[in-house]
Amino acid sequence: MTDVLFVLFAVVATGGGIGVVTGRSPVASLLFMVATLASLAGIYVLFEAHFLAAIQVLVYAGAIMVLFLFVIMLLNLGHDYRADLKYGSWFLLSLVVVGLTAGVLVQGLMGTGETGLRAGGAEVAAALDAAVVEKGAVGVIADPLFTDYVVAFELMGLLLLVAIVAAVVLAKPRDPEAGE
Amino acid sequence: MLIPALYLSVALFVIGTLGVIVRRNAIIIFLCIELQLNAVNLAFVALSRYTGIEGQLYVFFVMTVAAAEAAVGLAIIISIFRHYETVDVDKFNLLKW
Repeated sequence: MTDVLFVLFAVVATGGGIGVVTGRSPVASLLFMVATLASLAGIYVLFEAHFLAAIQVLVYAGAIMVLFLFVIMLLNLGHDYRADLKYGSWFLLSLVVVGLTAGVLVQGLMGTGETGLRAGGAEVAAALDAAVVEKGAVGVIADPLFTDYVVAFELMGLLLLVAIVAAVVLAKPRDPEAGE
Repeated sequence: MLIPALYLSVALFVIGTLGVIVRRNAIIIFLCIELQLNAVNLAFVALSRYTGIEGQLYVFFVMTVAAAEAAVGLAIIISIFRHYETVDVDKFNLLKW
């Protein structure tokens, strides 16, 4: 059952990814992206990462994609599809880059194989499941987040503050009377 | 299911790379970068079943950085559009305005 679901989600995610790249209008690309993100959330559930799946749907597919949608509609983009694609040498370059990237990654994957990971993996997965039963799906992430990684967590808050201020400053129309 | 998930991650990352190179619309390029980030997130989540909860924690951090990056990047795009009336990345090459 999980294998069938995984294949289903994987096909939707890959198709959505191709749709993002080939989408004729930015809004179409964005909706393909939402499909990809939603099916990735499904895959997260299959890997027992329930909290991340919820965050993926709420924050990624919800908030961030709506932000993109706002900007696309604000700028009223996407009337010229053919001018949007790069042809010729750029296309060849992209094929070379993509081929090399895929080749290196796939070769690395084939080198490892699942058996090496499986050896130590069974008890890790069992320990994770036990921790989820004990603390809950949120608690199991919150525990290290507020102890071992609390500095990173605070820096994350600072980063978001900086991003908010930067976004406001950048997007604000310049006042001609301010004499900048 | 781990190895298929990692192959899916490779596929999504490569599709995102392709989009970054062949498209000109800055917003689509941003979407493709988000796709690459999600491909890496998928690898993190898949490996977290074999290495511990830290994988899921990093996904949490990556999502935060992605949100911050989207906010700043889209603000830059709006700012550029106001000046050049386009978001075609070939039409501008200076971040000064």
